[in-house]
Amino acid sequence: MKTTRVISASLLALTCVLPAAAQVKNYKEIKSPPLRSVPIPVPKRVTLPNGMLVLMLEDHELPTIEVVTRVRTGTRLIPADKAGLGEVFGDVLRTGGTKTMTGDQIDDFLEARGARIETGVDDTAGFAEAWSLKQDFPEVLKVLADVLRNPVFADQKIAVAKSQVGTGIARRNDNPQQIMFREFEKVIYGVDSPYARVTEFATLGSITREDLAAFHKKYYVPNRIILGVVGDFSPQDMEAKLKSAFGDWSKGPEAKDATAAFQTTSKPGIYYVQKDDMTQSDIIMGHLGIERKNPDVYAVAVMNEAFGGGFAARLFSNVRSKKGLAYSVRGAVDYNYDYPGTFNVWMTTKTETTAAGIDALLEEITNLVGTPPTDDEVKMAKESILNSFVFNFDSKEEVLIQQMVYAYFGYPADYLSRYRENIEKVTTADVARVAKKYVHKDQLAILVVGPNKGQDRPLTSFGNVVPVDITIPKPSAPAGAAAAKKSAP
Amino acid sequence: MKGSRNLRRIAVAAALAALVLAAVAPASAQSLADFEKKVTVKTLPNGWTFIIAERPEAPVFSFSTHVNVGSAQEVPGITGIAHMFEHMAFKGTSVIGTTDYAQEKVALEKVDKAYAAFDTERRKLKADPAKVKELQKAWKDAQEDADKFIRKNEFGEIIDRNGGVGLNAGTGADSTVYFYSLPSNKLELWAYLESERFINPVFREFYKERDVVKEERRLRTESNPVGRLIEQFVMLAFSAHPYEHPVVGYMSDLDSFSREDAQKFYETYYVPSNLVTSVVGDVKASEVLPIIEKYFGRAKAGSPPPPIRTVEPPQVGEKFIRIPDPAQPFYVEGYHKPATTDPDAPIYSSIVDVLSNGRTSRLYRSLVRDKQIAAAAQSFPSFPGDKFPNLFIVFGVPTPGHSNDEVRDGIRAELDKMKKQDVSAEELAMVKTRAKATLIESLGSNQGLANNLAEYQTTFGDWRELFRAVDKIDKVTAADIRRVSNQLFTDTNRTVAVVETVAPASAGGAAGR
Repeated sequence: MKTTRVISASLLALTCVLPAAAQVKNYKEIKSPPLRSVPIPVPKRVTLPNGMLVLMLEDHELPTIEVVTRVRTGTRLIPADKAGLGEVFGDVLRTGGTKTMTGDQIDDFLEARGARIETGVDDTAGFAEAWSLKQDFPEVLKVLADVLRNPVFADQKIAVAKSQVGTGIARRNDNPQQIMFREFEKVIYGVDSPYARVTEFATLGSITREDLAAFHKKYYVPNRIILGVVGDFSPQDMEAKLKSAFGDWSKGPEAKDATAAFQTTSKPGIYYVQKDDMTQSDIIMGHLGIERKNPDVYAVAVMNEAFGGGFAARLFSNVRSKKGLAYSVRGAVDYNYDYPGTFNVWMTTKTETTAAGIDALLEEITNLVGTPPTDDEVKMAKESILNSFVFNFDSKEEVLIQQMVYAYFGYPADYLSRYRENIEKVTTADVARVAKKYVHKDQLAILVVGPNKGQDRPLTSFGNVVPVDITIPKPSAPAGAAAAKKSAP
Repeated sequence: MKGSRNLRRIAVAAALAALVLAAVAPASAQSLADFEKKVTVKTLPNGWTFIIAERPEAPVFSFSTHVNVGSAQEVPGITGIAHMFEHMAFKGTSVIGTTDYAQEKVALEKVDKAYAAFDTERRKLKADPAKVKELQKAWKDAQEDADKFIRKNEFGEIIDRNGGVGLNAGTGADSTVYFYSLPSNKLELWAYLESERFINPVFREFYKERDVVKEERRLRTESNPVGRLIEQFVMLAFSAHPYEHPVVGYMSDLDSFSREDAQKFYETYYVPSNLVTSVVGDVKASEVLPIIEKYFGRAKAGSPPPPIRTVEPPQVGEKFIRIPDPAQPFYVEGYHKPATTDPDAPIYSSIVDVLSNGRTSRLYRSLVRDKQIAAAAQSFPSFPGDKFPNLFIVFGVPTPGHSNDEVRDGIRAELDKMKKQDVSAEELAMVKTRAKATLIESLGSNQGLANNLAEYQTTFGDWRELFRAVDKIDKVTAADIRRVSNQLFTDTNRTVAVVETVAPASAGGAAGR
């Protein structure tokens, strides 16, 4: 670094006399020093006697503290006729108040301190997060514990949550890309799969306060919770605080959760959603992907980077830069932690180039298998993954959350450093092999959302077209109201 | 080595601990003084300003280059060109992205000539279709010739390969912003790439990229109901000031403007005195500044860009547009207000906070919680930009079975209350506490901090305004809020736009959009 400074100082002196271009070398001549190595911070782990796993990571940069929790549950465990329970529960757990504070009191308490507590439920977990200035943390932690342990699910707040989820249902066809991804998941996982299920007015309407309380009782027990905390504290002091907040919470039963079912063979075909208030077609194609536990995941990651990853990746270069067909174009064999992701390639293109867009994506998929990434492409993809690796632990919050995710899904704590070693080992032959193994052009489901007029070639030129109906079933009126309506003319 | 790093960390922690005291103490002047020790500002002789903030938490850094130009600098015919230039800034230089620039340059000049010939012919009153077609083909052929010299996306590839993340850029009404993050050992490479892209850009693949931008317009505006609404809303609210232009540009302009138009725009506005770059992360100002001087000092100082002359005249009557649309209803209203440099700016921010920040806010409690007529209701202090007089906006998303009219009445009742009664002491205290907490949280992210520092430096000529804004909010009184609410929320100062649901047009008679 020192020599650079001396050289550049002398160059600066010359700036006035030399033509600017003469002094600057090609970027290839710039030598970067080795990156200063920083050990990945390791959170302190404690398991409370009631089974709650706690991870603590100190970070004294800012006078703030953040708590993140994962609860072993998820919308995939919710029966089809109660679809929407996760959304309502996730909201009302926090807004509905506790035995000692109403939801409104909690709002007042937190917002007067610039603090936050939020809760939710996604496919594979429930979560709760709290953030506050250090000075307010002891009180905020007490409220968080109260929310997790003693929620009351006030009826008024259930009504608010339902009206918001209902708004989501009513508006779900306003956004074309949302339609595309939603209907694609249905085609891939099956309409009845919990991974593709959508909330309807009827299922939302059936959700009661008792359903929420039962969901809480079943899943929100300390032995199903991993709690992480990061920020400006001493671990000893924090451990004492957490023990006092959660230590006397009794353990729940050790139940084994049912596994979520989905179709494992895709149904190839052309699926079409007619939407005339657009000037584009949204196009997606693909089939089932893989799980992260798959040992080929590293070669797949390298393949994805070369195929659909960055600016220089094939899809972006060919479909966007070279052909100018799309603003958004992406593709990858996706992987989830404990169930298969999808292989998906998607783009949006003007109606007049719908068929050209499908052709372009099909061509890229054919090439991915037929002309798999070259040594150069693989080298570039690996460099990109490895050189950016440091961003996986550039914040302590990120490290904490990763560790929680590994603990939640049963991955080893050193998964991240092993990941790096495994990426280093990937060869061009590995990438070619996984392209053949996980990308199947003959199994593609192709889904198009867009206007039915103005395409360059009809969709039927790609095969039999299956129309997809996205009509939203109307809310069914309450029994009494229906009876009253019948008598009206 | 390790020792000195720890010392730096402790110093940062101490500076930030002072900040928290500020959160309870009346002012943050002290915390600003401490934060200033981590920040170095340097304006090069050519006018390019750099802000360096040392935050050695992890061996990475982020930067943000703010160019003081946006769609507000556009005139009819070239709307969208500020955004178009943003796309071109990824296309490389005379060294990056080409196999032979000498030959490519000649080929690109041929593309310009061919496009001019085609464009002139197609605009003739009595254009000869055969000739138009022939000239169009000549233009396409010229593009293909020029494309032979391209190394596709080499600029992005270099950044990817070196571990860059978050590579992107954005254009607004006021500014164009470029950013990404790199491991900290790549600082010199960054200085080369970031200086080259603005000193020595080559607008290759211009017309292909123009097609990409047209797709972006279709995606964000034409095929998106809220996008359609907002474009119409802004066009209606402004009658004279260029804030009326959509940032992405009108389709007709995207179909017309040329590579030479972009070149002219670049030469006028991408002068060093119009640029601010901030670098935040594991960097030392003493080591970074010589590198910055070496690479960015090469840029030639240019003339300051011309000012915008037109000032939006006062609105004298309410404006309203109802957009029949297959989408669900949506309500938005806006009120003209001064630029963000106005002394009342902290009062507008406070009004927004009381109205719609969080679950204790008035719009939430009234429209969402109690009446359940809206799934969300939000206000924003400055739209579509903030450097020039702009709009205070409020929008509402009706719940199923409820109408725009109900949402309008609900919003108006709350705005009336702001005019008639003082906000409570509790509400005012909340506004002030939250402003401080938000500032503290923003200091924890390299990219967020880099964006903030560059934005405040560009807008106010001093990044310290980021801290001073919090002090100013601390001085806002209930009487201030009433005074400004009464100035702002008047019938004649209002523009309203609504989406009202109609059945989708039948397949046969779909009106083209």
